[in-house]
Amino acid sequence: MQFGIFGVGDIAPDPTTGIPRSEAQRILDTVRVAKAADELGLDVFAVGEHHNPPFVSSSPPALLGYLAAETRQILLSTSITLITTNDPVRIAEDYAFVQHLAQGRLDLMLGRGNTVPVYPWFGQDIRQGIPLALENYNLLHRLWREDVVDWEGKFRTALQGFTATPRPLDGIPPFVWHGAIRTPEIAEQAAFYGNGYFANHILAPNFHFKPLIDFYRQRFADYGHGRAEDAFVGLGGQAFIAKRSQDAYDRFRPYFENYPMFRGTSLEQFAEGTPLSVGSPQEVIDKTLTFQEGFGDYQRQLWVVDLGSMPVELVLEQVELLATEVVPVLRKEMESRRAPGVPDAPTHGSLVAAAYGDGETRQARPRPNQGDNTSGALPYLDSDPEKPATMPRHA
Amino acid sequence: MSFGEAPAQITAISAGTSEPSTTRMLADRAAQAVVTRLRDSGRNTTVRVIELAPIAAEVARTLVSGLPTAAVQEAIGHLAAADAVIVSTPVYKAGLSGLFKSFIDVLDNDLLIAKPVLLAATAGSARHAMVADDHLRPLFAFLRALPAPTSLFAAPEDWGAADLSKRVDRAAGELVALIASGVSRDIADGGWSGYQHTFGGNATRAQRTAADIDLDSDLMRLARGET
Repeated sequence: MQFGIFGVGDIAPDPTTGIPRSEAQRILDTVRVAKAADELGLDVFAVGEHHNPPFVSSSPPALLGYLAAETRQILLSTSITLITTNDPVRIAEDYAFVQHLAQGRLDLMLGRGNTVPVYPWFGQDIRQGIPLALENYNLLHRLWREDVVDWEGKFRTALQGFTATPRPLDGIPPFVWHGAIRTPEIAEQAAFYGNGYFANHILAPNFHFKPLIDFYRQRFADYGHGRAEDAFVGLGGQAFIAKRSQDAYDRFRPYFENYPMFRGTSLEQFAEGTPLSVGSPQEVIDKTLTFQEGFGDYQRQLWVVDLGSMPVELVLEQVELLATEVVPVLRKEMESRRAPGVPDAPTHGSLVAAAYGDGETRQARPRPNQGDNTSGALPYLDSDPEKPATMPRHA
Repeated sequence: MSFGEAPAQITAISAGTSEPSTTRMLADRAAQAVVTRLRDSGRNTTVRVIELAPIAAEVARTLVSGLPTAAVQEAIGHLAAADAVIVSTPVYKAGLSGLFKSFIDVLDNDLLIAKPVLLAATAGSARHAMVADDHLRPLFAFLRALPAPTSLFAAPEDWGAADLSKRVDRAAGELVALIASGVSRDIADGGWSGYQHTFGGNATRAQRTAADIDLDSDLMRLARGET
């Protein structure tokens, strides 16, 4: 079971001063929070992608590439990477590159994004969001698994004899989670490929997404990846912790109730009705255990702890409480309640072991350029001769 | 009385705010007339009235957060379960009540598909008489409900006039005819997959489990990498 934190690089006015952090400050704060999570032993740090103020996180690969060097053990991920408005070719390149820098400590979560104007900014149309997400992932999946890709789809220019570089570390693509909260088609895609499914249920009533998760589990089993209970499920959460329950409510209230998205929402009602956990470490533990009870054994729990209005010192305190008082107990409790045989989420290490055992991993060594501005039909010394490029000029 | 048939469920919504409220009274009159006709025809009937005033703040909060509060969720459940709906709103500033519209705004688009609806409005002056037909009717057309041909309107002078009762009776007759005809079920059953839906929505026919999901759609094939 993996425990970690996720955020989207949002900025909101500090309720005590009315002044929002600068973008420069927010970026440095995010780095501090990620490093603290790493040092305190959390398993995952994930950052989302947004392309409009008041968010700073337009470039998760840049941030994660830097964090790869600045952290030691934590798995770096996204929450989410836009599979609709990013060119899947670019995603294949960027994240494979960061995967190398991070020595495999990278996976990613794909999502559609629901900010309408972002689509046209990147030449797309939100009304095509679902087919766009599905088609783009189909391509991304192949780009990481086939050295040479011929491809034709509805949404981007066709590819002929294309090789995404660098090839994934050890020939093992980063593990992918599909994030969705209302789209059975995305759950179906996750199940078909044996990928993970992440339900960020923090803005919905408790267990609202159980039917979708059950659907994903059942389809995961239908496709022969394992039993339904072996499917890879991740859940979102949101937490504010203090030693005493009432202190948690008192201290979190101004940040929550003045936060633009939650204005007019009562903290008590929201905490009661949704996965938001506010309270003592024990209360946060108890609430998180209800997720396991309700959704079944799952593999990844991420919490939002850095609402954009919270000063970094407060966030660092939250990360520490989470990592020292909540997660260690949850690790033990969830492990003891876990049904026998339920696997952990795949990591680079486990995927390498499954693919190669003790054998040598793939080291992609390119052949010389063949003068056609590609690396030719078999771009690497060990490229599969069964799958050569079929470029028109070679036909 | 016929056996084996489930009692007809009528859900009335009143957006009246005063006590007593003429908006509620109009809803009650309509509900009474509908129940009488259904019972006379041998159909047992139950009526639930949803008063929006007591849950006004929750309606607003639901609208802002996108997260139905318990009371709003309960009201949505009563609408979903209804065989027919009676809606009654006051006219404010020459239009339907904002509270009423806010409540409608939090419903799933497919919640009321093909559901018979009796439209009713009250106002302080007869000059607002067209609000039911000019404002409510298009709203329920958007929701693809089946408004009865006659809508109800009551200004102060109508409460002393016998004509109101006649109109109530006529509208109730139309609503009962729609219920009895089974046209709702025929439309919704016949073309349900042709409407847009939200997975896990509140409509009685909403997809809730894997068994409800059509795995053969174009999008599902695309999800599996088929083109």
